[in-house]
Amino acid sequence: MALSISPPKSVTFGEAMLAFVFVAFAALAGYIATKAHAAPYAFHAALFALGSIGAVVAIVKRYELRSAEPAPRVIDGKPNYNYGPIKFAALAALFWGVAGFAVGLYIALELAFPAFNLDLPWINFGRLRPLHTSAVIFAFGGNVLLATSFYVVQRTSRARLAGDLSPWFVVLGYNFFILVAGTGYLLGVTRGHEYAEPEWYAILWLVVVWVVYLIVFLATLARREEPHIYVANWFYLAFIVTVAVLVLGNNAEIPVSLFSPKSVIVWAGVQDAMIQWWYGHNAVGFFLTAGFLGIMYYFVPKRAERPIYSYRLSIVHFWALIFLYIWAGPHHLHYTALPDWAQTLGMAFSIMLWMPSWGGMINGLMTLSGAWDRLRTDPVLRMMVVSVAFYGMSTFEGPLMSIKAVNALSHYTDWGIGHVHSGSLGWVGFVSFGALYCLIPWVFARPLYSLKLVDWHFWIATIGIVFYISAMWVAGIMQGLMWRAYTPQGFLEYSFVETTDALHPEYVIRAAGGGLFLIGALIMVYNIYKTIRSPAEKRASALAPLPAAAE
Amino acid sequence: MSTNEMRETHVKTTGHEWDGIEELDTPLPRWWLITFYATILWSLAYFLVYPSLPTPSGATQGLLGWHSRTAVTQDLDELQKIRGPVMARLATATLEEIEKTPQLLSAARALGAAAFANNCAGCHGAGAQGAKGYPNLNDDEWLWGGRLADIRRTIEHGVRWDADKETRTETMPAFGRDGLLDAGQISLIADEVRALGKLPGAKPAAAGAKLFDDNCSVCHGVDGKGNRDMGAPNLTDALWLFGSDKATIVARIANGGGGVMPAWGNRLDDTTITALTVYVHSLGGGE
Repeated sequence: MALSISPPKSVTFGEAMLAFVFVAFAALAGYIATKAHAAPYAFHAALFALGSIGAVVAIVKRYELRSAEPAPRVIDGKPNYNYGPIKFAALAALFWGVAGFAVGLYIALELAFPAFNLDLPWINFGRLRPLHTSAVIFAFGGNVLLATSFYVVQRTSRARLAGDLSPWFVVLGYNFFILVAGTGYLLGVTRGHEYAEPEWYAILWLVVVWVVYLIVFLATLARREEPHIYVANWFYLAFIVTVAVLVLGNNAEIPVSLFSPKSVIVWAGVQDAMIQWWYGHNAVGFFLTAGFLGIMYYFVPKRAERPIYSYRLSIVHFWALIFLYIWAGPHHLHYTALPDWAQTLGMAFSIMLWMPSWGGMINGLMTLSGAWDRLRTDPVLRMMVVSVAFYGMSTFEGPLMSIKAVNALSHYTDWGIGHVHSGSLGWVGFVSFGALYCLIPWVFARPLYSLKLVDWHFWIATIGIVFYISAMWVAGIMQGLMWRAYTPQGFLEYSFVETTDALHPEYVIRAAGGGLFLIGALIMVYNIYKTIRSPAEKRASALAPLPAAAE
Repeated sequence: MSTNEMRETHVKTTGHEWDGIEELDTPLPRWWLITFYATILWSLAYFLVYPSLPTPSGATQGLLGWHSRTAVTQDLDELQKIRGPVMARLATATLEEIEKTPQLLSAARALGAAAFANNCAGCHGAGAQGAKGYPNLNDDEWLWGGRLADIRRTIEHGVRWDADKETRTETMPAFGRDGLLDAGQISLIADEVRALGKLPGAKPAAAGAKLFDDNCSVCHGVDGKGNRDMGAPNLTDALWLFGSDKATIVARIANGGGGVMPAWGNRLDDTTITALTVYVHSLGGGE
């Protein structure tokens, strides 16, 4: 090695700039930490400072280890794909997934048996609930989207991921955001906006990361060797762009001070509510739907080894979905101070959204044409196909619940929780598991350790989902009916506490369902661990692909 | 692969291929397209019928003239119809009239029971059985009086509820915390209180009786039978709001104070408070 003739190694402009920015940022964050008005904010500033120092160390280490030449884009005429950040995000997804499911189980138990909050402020339902939702949606789901989008965009463009440090910045920066957001919830730092709890400084950081994500994605598409952009990438791009718009809109806020974690949002009253649910509903539409449809459009045909059922359907349902979803938010505010006309629009657009959603389901299911027998033998494919079925079910249930007459019964009840979980456990969860069962063996270049364990995961988790959503249907409808029950003399028949009391059995069943789902995920973690540690190929540092170990 | 597609599905691919994935050129499923158009047509019709499109001078009102606020008013009017004209009489009748008129009484009890369940049961229990620190409303022992007028005043203005000017303010001094008595004296009084309550194992002493006379009898009475004007409980009955063991009684004497109840006058309408009064009065202990 030492004898080989290679040009002298020099620091790239990107390395120098990024290291400089992080040094400056570490100094700023350290200064803020000493001046912070609130202890949790001081903790977060210190975390930012330490993270920045860590980033500088990583950049230097990576420089020492890397070869003088930048990683080639092509080796022997084949694209030299960049899998390092993908490995990290895939494993981070598993970690956050298990954490998020466990917290979900714990708060389900708190609802069934309130003594579980142990009278500790940090673990009461109010703080753990956003931790659960953020961990599963943004940490688990987000890392799955990062990993798969970086993989799919490279493979379907036949081009190496754009950027050298920037893909790592996206992946690590995003996970750092999760860390700040999650610890913030436990310490009581929150904006109090559902699914948009992180305070201004965490959001500012997220915006920087997200813009880099968009640039990396677009730059990779720009260097593609294929004449057309594959459909999965349309969905990923819609997800990245729209989430950026949503986050900016719902975080139009003014910090109280550079030294305070608090901020004040510029929207007031019902406008705030409307913006919040425009954001909230489209977080479902573009984060949990468009992004994961991108996953489906690559991993289902790839695993089934079948062509996509209909190119035309993919075009029509893509544009219909993108156009219609963005208007449906007001259905979260039926029978509130929101003007009637906005409620009407929200409901009608939700109804029109039914078929565009089902377009994705049809394309996913019908791609199996000629390969249905694979469902018997391949539990990974079965998982993804069942996820598409759950997608179809919850995208029918959603428009149904948006109808005002139905919403009058279902709103504020556990039916909503059941609906969300049939979509999140069934659709998002299963399509993610299926994609990770494909992706991790591919990027680590090892066969999956055990299909049998995938089978166990599939059945245990499926039973768990059925427990969960049927318990919540029963609970929600019972709750709704009890709330509106009147005595023949025209007085409310039940008090609120009686309705809560009646929910106890369903809450226990729900927790059991969540427990099964968690057990399934733990089986998966074991399976993946054995896969990565398998001696099939001798590859070092597969478990800890930190920047320093990047290829 | 394309030839296989031809054989199995009789549909051609689009000719592109990405990482081994091809796409078939299947036309849109007919049922899908028809249903999609149907939902769009349905939505357009719905826009015509209901308030929908915003304009500079307010949104279109729709052919039905439906308005959510009107709908709520109609619902409430409907409810009043079901409840019947008795509600109007309930609003104007005196508490005593209500108790004497079976029809009014049953209406008041129905309204009162619903209001109790949603407003009072949180502290007093679903069956008004009370809890530690929260009085049982089924017995005939009253801290502030069990006549209709007493109950109504307690509900309307609350107990030790500073936001209400007419609230019941009397409270027990913190004999220990404020240094009015020392620990030994408090212990003697606690023994005396337990003796007044005829609790087993009580150890009365002359010194304790003297201290009780000097410090407690002003409110609780020389005989310990309490005083409703002061909200001072009867200490001779078998009912103990916070507990009858010595440690609890010592803590009560040392820290003083008493229970707090919100004033409901600004939260519930007059008829509901009337109905609640009658309901609580009729639970068993009304005077």
